[in-house]
Amino acid sequence: MPYQNRVAVLGAGLTRFMRRALETPKELAFEAAKTALEDAGLTIADIDCVVSVTAPEAFDGVHMNGEYLADGAGAWGKPYMRTYVGGGSGVFGLVAGWYHIASGHFDTCLVVAEEKMSPALPHPQGAFNAIYDQFTERPLGVNLLWIFALEMNRYMQTHGIPMETFARVAQKNKRNGIDHPSAQPGIAGDFTIEQIMASEVMAWPVQRLMVSPISDGAGAMVLASERFARRMSRPPVWIEGVGWNLDTSYWTNRDLYYPRYLEKAARMAYEMAGISDPRRDIHVVEPYDPFAYKELHHLEGLLLADKGQAPRLAEEGFWERDTAQGIPASPSGGLLGVGNPIAAAGMMKLAEIYWQLQGQAGPRQVKREVRRGLAQAWGDLMQVGTVVIMGR
Amino acid sequence: MEPFSGTSLTDHALVSGEVLLSFWQPKALYRWDAGVAISAFLDGLKAGKLLATRCPECRRTLAPPRVFCELCFRPIGDWVELPGAGTINTYSVSYVNWDATRRRTPEVPVVVELDGASPGIGILHLMGEVGTTLEEITGKLRIGAPVQPVWKPAAEREGAITDIRYFRLAEG
Ligand SMILES: [Zn+2]
Repeated sequence: MPYQNRVAVLGAGLTRFMRRALETPKELAFEAAKTALEDAGLTIADIDCVVSVTAPEAFDGVHMNGEYLADGAGAWGKPYMRTYVGGGSGVFGLVAGWYHIASGHFDTCLVVAEEKMSPALPHPQGAFNAIYDQFTERPLGVNLLWIFALEMNRYMQTHGIPMETFARVAQKNKRNGIDHPSAQPGIAGDFTIEQIMASEVMAWPVQRLMVSPISDGAGAMVLASERFARRMSRPPVWIEGVGWNLDTSYWTNRDLYYPRYLEKAARMAYEMAGISDPRRDIHVVEPYDPFAYKELHHLEGLLLADKGQAPRLAEEGFWERDTAQGIPASPSGGLLGVGNPIAAAGMMKLAEIYWQLQGQAGPRQVKREVRRGLAQAWGDLMQVGTVVIMGR
Repeated sequence: MEPFSGTSLTDHALVSGEVLLSFWQPKALYRWDAGVAISAFLDGLKAGKLLATRCPECRRTLAPPRVFCELCFRPIGDWVELPGAGTINTYSVSYVNWDATRRRTPEVPVVVELDGASPGIGILHLMGEVGTTLEEITGKLRIGAPVQPVWKPAAEREGAITDIRYFRLAEG
């Protein structure tokens, strides 16, 4: 291995996810960081460096949001960086934390992900319009949902996927979310397929109950080098593979039916982890699911299903939490069942894989034995894939 | 697992004075020059022409046009005029505005793969003359259907993507 250090995960923490939090972004970051440090059995004095991730400044109305967050993230007097790849940020933060330690430069790193979307008025969706090209797209009167609806329709029609199958994904994740201590009020629940299918059409084929909500929240994880981790009493979880990849910003020149960027990111992570058959070697997965279609789309990009086959496997229950033969997907409840404070949502997915591997996921613990799991996020102009594989 | 922290606010708490609030309305104004490639593209639209660039190395014909190829990573200087017509790559029927308010009549964003450009090379635009209800619109449109641009009259064109009013289904 060309790295100086093997990297372990020592602890994780989240805040609740909420439509509107009283706490400021800095306060949310502090709560998540404190919870993660307590889980790891460490204090801030044990931390060598800090990485923070948070999405567009436009949500908060605070310029240089990384610097604003620094004190809440525990970065005072330490080497610190903020990184940002849109919705992919949560998982990418752990990748950045990983290379701080893998480089041999640091023994411990605290990674903090925070998002507070609620301040932006009249609706945080407006903050995203600036992702479209200012000459060839914005004058058409764009809105954020278009791009996802266009991608979903291309995927759906390429493979002839029925709407019921997407509803089934939303149903699974919203049920799984009932058991998550961070779940945003009103998001998780036991919905029937009929209720989901009858929910309001937002931008066809995207419907209300197949979209994740607007959320505030934070999450954090503590990483350490092998020599540091060996001193701890709890057996660590290891970061076995990381991958990230970016597709072109000319999104109308891509075939949206398949997430090419994610296949590349996944192959990078599988190669590092020495995984030749991911369907055999990945035992639990947290694919990024801001939309119901996106979970299936991403499972294909992760090579856990052939192109067009993730929906068929969903119909067979292959991705359910209690599956014996399949691969449980989004046992946390995902963004559809827990909430979507953008960067923090990716951290929630990483934390779930960590808890599943530690056998600490409580009522969400999957039935099959898990030795290796994968968390993934997606973002920028729906073009970036970020992947972390953990094992025990 | 311990319950996590965080204080969830209700809508009522925000309007009742229970929580103290502070507001800020930035007055942001930007002026963008359109750059080398898009200036020429917008000039073309004003003249009623849809222009693309062609990479001499990978032979792809690209729209929106650029003066470099992101695959071959080399400059492009060759311009071609496209006929304007194309086929539907994907479409949506949108009932929400940018601020998440609802629309009574939907908008129909579309990615149009342009005739004369390389396969899969499309631009974002809107469909028109497709009806006003979801059933009607999804009944009429299909991926792969041929479409034509509906241009503004020359006197109204200003060198903008909206010089094409919308695309409509091609006849026949
Ligand atoms: Zn080229």
